[in-house]
Amino acid sequence: MQLDNLYQEVILDHYKNPQHKKLNAFFDAQVHHINPSCGDEITLNLSLDGRHVRDVSWDGVGCSISQASVSILTDLLIGKSLDQAQVIADSFMHLMQSKGTEKGDEEILEDAVALAGVSQYPARIKCALLGWMAFKDASLQALAKQD
Amino acid sequence: MAYNAHAIAKDFPILGRTIRDGKRLVYLDSGATSQKPTVVIDAEGDFYRLHNSAVHRGAHQLAEEATDAYEGARSIVAKFLNASADEVVFTKGATESLNLISYAMGNAQPGNRFHLKMGDSIVVTEMEHHANLIPWQQLAARTGANLKWLSVTEEGRLDLSTLDSIIDETTKVVALTHQSNILGTINPLESITRRAHAVGAVVVLDACQSVPHMAVDVKELEIDFLAFSGHKAVGPTGVGIFWGRADLLAELPPFLTGGSMIENVTMESATWAPAPRKFEAGVPNMAQAVGLGAALTYLTAIGMDNIHKHEITLTKYLLDGLSAINDLRIIGPKTTELRGGVVSFTLGDIHPHDLGQYLDSQGIAVRTGHHCAWPLTRKLGVPATTRASVYLYNTTDDLDALILGVQGAQKYFGR
Repeated sequence: MQLDNLYQEVILDHYKNPQHKKLNAFFDAQVHHINPSCGDEITLNLSLDGRHVRDVSWDGVGCSISQASVSILTDLLIGKSLDQAQVIADSFMHLMQSKGTEKGDEEILEDAVALAGVSQYPARIKCALLGWMAFKDASLQALAKQD
Repeated sequence: MAYNAHAIAKDFPILGRTIRDGKRLVYLDSGATSQKPTVVIDAEGDFYRLHNSAVHRGAHQLAEEATDAYEGARSIVAKFLNASADEVVFTKGATESLNLISYAMGNAQPGNRFHLKMGDSIVVTEMEHHANLIPWQQLAARTGANLKWLSVTEEGRLDLSTLDSIIDETTKVVALTHQSNILGTINPLESITRRAHAVGAVVVLDACQSVPHMAVDVKELEIDFLAFSGHKAVGPTGVGIFWGRADLLAELPPFLTGGSMIENVTMESATWAPAPRKFEAGVPNMAQAVGLGAALTYLTAIGMDNIHKHEITLTKYLLDGLSAINDLRIIGPKTTELRGGVVSFTLGDIHPHDLGQYLDSQGIAVRTGHHCAWPLTRKLGVPATTRASVYLYNTTDDLDALILGVQGAQKYFGR
């Protein structure tokens, strides 16, 4: 059924076994983001090593899409440069806005292509983006501290 | 004649459409907005097709017809609430109605009974929709008055043990919901209005979830103000009601000012028309008001007591059916005593958004989230719930579909 496009195994796996879902005590920036329409919340800690993502950890409550998306994000972005992270985030954003017309570049997005089906459900796109918006906010704050 | 929800459903064209690849629409989200019968859609359309003109203005026939239709709708609303027509104010919805009273109170000068100052208090409850909480928070912030509230017990009832200490001589207004949009709880008003009036406070009732579903008589309830939205009562969007006791409306300052609401205007100042026009600045949502009149006429023909009885039967059926499901926790009263037809629940560790999405794939429309009552869901320790709400056109078939859908979701997400 069409619902299977949304709830791929990868998503349910990440939901049941979320990665890096334990706030690291050491961080350069901590952000708290809320999705006011549904009550989903996330706290995300980011530490940088120069312009590299040293660590991302998080805690939060939300639906499988929001939780799986941030879990996938941590796997994808830890160890990357901020420039690479930007390319990945842009690619993910583009995929989410594709209204189901694109499958996503697996070379760049890896597991995150499993979220492609979300783009067919306008009400769920903000769920998938919650963690990504938090990461973007945290990286700007962490960089500002370096200046 | 026996109540026939299947026949009633046929009056609502949208209920005949299909959802997600041919599934029958099972609409269980009337707590958010109700569907509209053909008579309402036609009344609104006919106003535009035949009578459209600015009410209370113009010396032509269309203006007369439009004014008759608009004032006729006001009389229908008044009769529906057992009120007088000049106590009925058209707004664009309950949110505006509640902002109207809170801003109007903020405009009251010293000497006016609605004037608020430091040391006065405003009382709400912990189960309020944001629309009956934030306007009062804001009024408190603007005037320096204290905001206090009655809390909610674990069973989802108001804790009235503290009534006499929360509502005290400093209280100027008590604003509360008639029926919770999350819990389904119907609040016992008698003890609250008695206490409020004993200390000289006015009672504002958010009746969004009650007026569409049961007979509400403003005199019998001994309240002072009431708000509801047309769109939850099979009426159009863009129209709501603010009702107030005539003597109180006379003293309440206006909220929005402009055309229509005046008696006399000079370059320096203005005086106000009597209520209800004092509170209806500008050209109103006329077609929508006429549509609301048609909606309440439709509901009256079926009978509010019949509708309420039908909904209680459905609610009992739903509570029984849902209670039998493993891991399902009902948020709110478990019996139909002092309870209406909105049923919120959680389902193990399946998030409401995911459950709602699965149900949607089966053609079933429910609400998920915090339902615009975030303080309540936080208090109850559930960041979000799934809510099914029934109305006059729902049948036990709809509820069977929901119960089957919930069980299907458990299998789907348990894989």
